[in-house]
Formats: sequence, structure tokens, C-alpha cells
Amino acid sequence: MIRVENIHKSFGEHEVLKGISTVFEKGRTNLIIGASGSGKTVLLKCLLGLFQPEVGKIFYGDKAIQKMDDDEKRKLREDIGMLFQGGALFDSMTIEENVMFPLRMFTNRKKSEMLERVNEVLARVNLQGVNNKYPAEISGGMQKRVSIARAIVNKPHYLFCDEPNSGLDPNTATVIDNLIQEITKEYNITTVVVSHDMNSVMEIGESIVLLKNGLLVWEGSNKDIFKSDNKDVIDFVYSSDLFKKIRDVQLKEG
Amino acid sequence: MIVIRALKDVGSYFLMLRRVFSGFTKASVLRELVFKEINDLILGSLGIVSFISFFVGGVIAIQTALNLENPLIPKSLIGFATRQSMILEFAPTFISIIMAGKMGSFITSSIGSMRVTEQIDALDVMGINSLNYLVFPKVVALMLYPFVIALAMFLGIFGGFLAGVYGGFVSPGEFVTGLQDSFDPFHLTYAFIKTFIFAFILATVPSWQGYFMKGGALEVGKASTNSFVWTSVLIILMNYIVTSLLLS
Repeated sequence: MIRVENIHKSFGEHEVLKGISTVFEKGRTNLIIGASGSGKTVLLKCLLGLFQPEVGKIFYGDKAIQKMDDDEKRKLREDIGMLFQGGALFDSMTIEENVMFPLRMFTNRKKSEMLERVNEVLARVNLQGVNNKYPAEISGGMQKRVSIARAIVNKPHYLFCDEPNSGLDPNTATVIDNLIQEITKEYNITTVVVSHDMNSVMEIGESIVLLKNGLLVWEGSNKDIFKSDNKDVIDFVYSSDLFKKIRDVQLKEG
Repeated sequence: MIVIRALKDVGSYFLMLRRVFSGFTKASVLRELVFKEINDLILGSLGIVSFISFFVGGVIAIQTALNLENPLIPKSLIGFATRQSMILEFAPTFISIIMAGKMGSFITSSIGSMRVTEQIDALDVMGINSLNYLVFPKVVALMLYPFVIALAMFLGIFGGFLAGVYGGFVSPGEFVTGLQDSFDPFHLTYAFIKTFIFAFILATVPSWQGYFMKGGALEVGKASTNSFVWTSVLIILMNYIVTSLLLS
């Protein structure tokens, strides 16, 4: 579980996060949604410790990240898996080397054991026979799956995903969404996904927070989102004219 | 404003150095990285360094020969001038400036691309000191840079010998006499001291430019250009300072 208390983060004069407080539960896919510039990625980077908030606290379990010493922070980082928007695979390494990387850095396992684990997670994300290829030689969807494999290879307790569907076709996006949700349940981890994709919201949004202009304006789940009267939710969900017309028709028909 | 920006840049460079030499990456991984950097930076530069040194040595010998009009000046001066030019200046300083272009832009663009594609963020999120992981192996690999410069010295003098002898400007005996004439071994010490300093600049300044760049592919190109400018300027400045301290 990750608990966020009254986070404020500014860049120069511009305050990006204006007092965010929420809880990301274990064993669930927690979505942070919002329009571009709403502060989603900044919140994610604060959770990851890449940005330091000026005010507020972030608790991993019972311990605030701000109170952790360097050793504790390093241990925490080893316990975090991250799926970046572009995959962030190391392009000078093969797929196998990419996935093996966290094991090589943080464990003292034998190469055969590491290879076994790499093949196991690659199979888990439905990728086989690509071990010796380089990231540039596989498709965007496959790169995302490799990135998920790398994120979970060391069995982390926390998984963060930044726009996991960006640049993917709807079918592949659904495959990635389902994979994230399945892995969350299977490993019983705390997963936080930043997205502005409504398909993801509906597929995996067990717990959703909506940000607008650096404020948390709504919390709920994919079951509640279409029933919500919150203006910001309606603006986000029905952002296209077509969806607005559909909503108008639905309202007229009661 | 420019002064403040320059001070900020200098500050960020030294803060970067502090992080490069702390939070060390696992030894077995580091060893592989160092070998990779030796292959990319040192072995990958040998071809161009050899080619340039050989022909520049030849040109120095020919130009010296063509300027010897006074019959009282011995022909051995051709060997002497080639040796002095190659050891004191051409090999350590000008090869380093050429390397600022070749090696420096390679380092800046590779680290800059990693920044753009979030690969550096990925290292940081995993709890790896990305500066130590990326820059320290380059610093270690470039401690072999003096061997490149020694090769440049040898090939430059050899090129001068071939151009002088086979161009009919000087006999082999006269050239060798010139090579041995008034040889001060401290000149080699001086050349290698500055080579070590240039090696450190070559490893760290382009890394600093790449690591702290912001933006996309266009900015990677700009950072590579800036890297060449900053590295060259620093090499020239340090060359002047070291020469003032050691030779004057």
C-alpha cells in the first residue's frame, strides 16, 4: 500500500501539485487519470522519488519515504518495477540482457538461474524466441511486454506504469492492460498506472483518482465513473463531441 | 546573467563528479562496462588516430625541410622538429581536440539519447546511481588514453621519417641524429601528465553535456555540438595552464 498525504510540488512559480492525498491499495490496479498537464506524471515521479515534493509525505507501508535513509531508499527502489511510456529498454542490450538486468544488479544468482527466471517472465508476458533480439528489432507492443517482464523479474512489491498504452493500437493496448491487471493479482502487488485512456479506465480501473490542474477532483472505480455527476468526471469521460451527444441522448431517454 | 549561468554550469559539473565517484555499481557489472568502454572509446579511436598522426608527422617533416634555406642549419633539424612537435603538442593536444569531436560527440549523443528515451530514469528508478554506472567506466577506460597518444607520437615520428627520407629531404642517419639531439625525457613526462588531464576532460565533459540535456532528438545534436566546444576550450585552457606550470 502507498499512502500520499498533502503533496505539493512546484517548478519555479508554477505549482503543479496542490495538496494531493490518496491511498493506492495493494493487490489492485490504481489509476491516476486526467488531461495533459493535470500533474499525473509529476505525481508518479514524486511516488518514485525522482521528484521531491516541497510539502507532504509519501508512505510505503508504514514508512515515509522522506524519513528513509539511503540504504532504505535503495532497498525500496529494488522493490519497485516500472513500465515507462516508451518502454525505456536499454537499446545496447538484447531482450534477454534487458530483462536480466535487475537480477544482475541486485542478486548474486548464477547465470543459469537468472536465465531460467528471464525465460519464465518472458513466457508470462507471452514473448518467446526473442531473447537475442535488440529492442529496435521488435514492435512497440512487444517492447512494452519486455518492459513489463523487466519490471517484474525481481518480484517487486510495487509496479508503476506511465501511459502503458501510448502509441499502441486498441487491441494491443487491451492486451497490455489485461497483462498489468493479471500480474497485479498474481503477484499481489500495489500497481499504480498513469493513463488518460478511457479504455484502460474501463478495463483495469479498480481504483481511480482524477486529477485536474494539480488537484484531486474525484476518486472512485470504473463501476462508478459513468454514474458520477461530478462535472470534472463528465468533462473528462465525455471529452469528445460524440460522447457528449451519446450522453445527452441517454439522459433524454432516462 | 552569463556569469551566473556559467557558475551554475561549473557547479553542476562538479556536483556531477561527486556522484560519479560515489554509489558504486556492482563490481562484476562495472568490469564489463569498463571493457565495453575500452572497446568503444580506445580501440575504436586507434584507426583515425593512427591515420592522422602518420600523415601529420610526414607533413611536419616536409614543411621543416622546405623551410631550411640556410646551409649552416643541419638537416638533422628535420628529425628534431618532428620529434618536438609530435611529443610536445600534436599528439597530446591536437589528437585530444580531434577526440573531443569523435569520442566526445559519441559520449554525449549516447548518454543524451538515453536521457531522451527515459533509459536514465529507468536506472534511477531501479536504485542505480546512473552517473556512476554511465560515466565512471568511461573515466576508467580513458586512463588507457595515454597509450593512444604514445601510438600517435610513434606513428607521427615514423611518418616524418618516411616522408623525410623517401622524399629525399634527409638521410636516415641525419633524421635519427635529430631525433636523439637534446632529448629531454621530462618532455615525455609533461606530455603524459597533460594527456591524463585531457583524458579526464574527454570522459567527463561530454558525459555532463549528455546527462543534463533536456528535450528531444534535436537537443541531442545541440548537446553534441556544445560538448565539442566545451571540451575543446577546456583542453586548450588546461594545455596553457599545464605548460605554464611545467615548462616555463
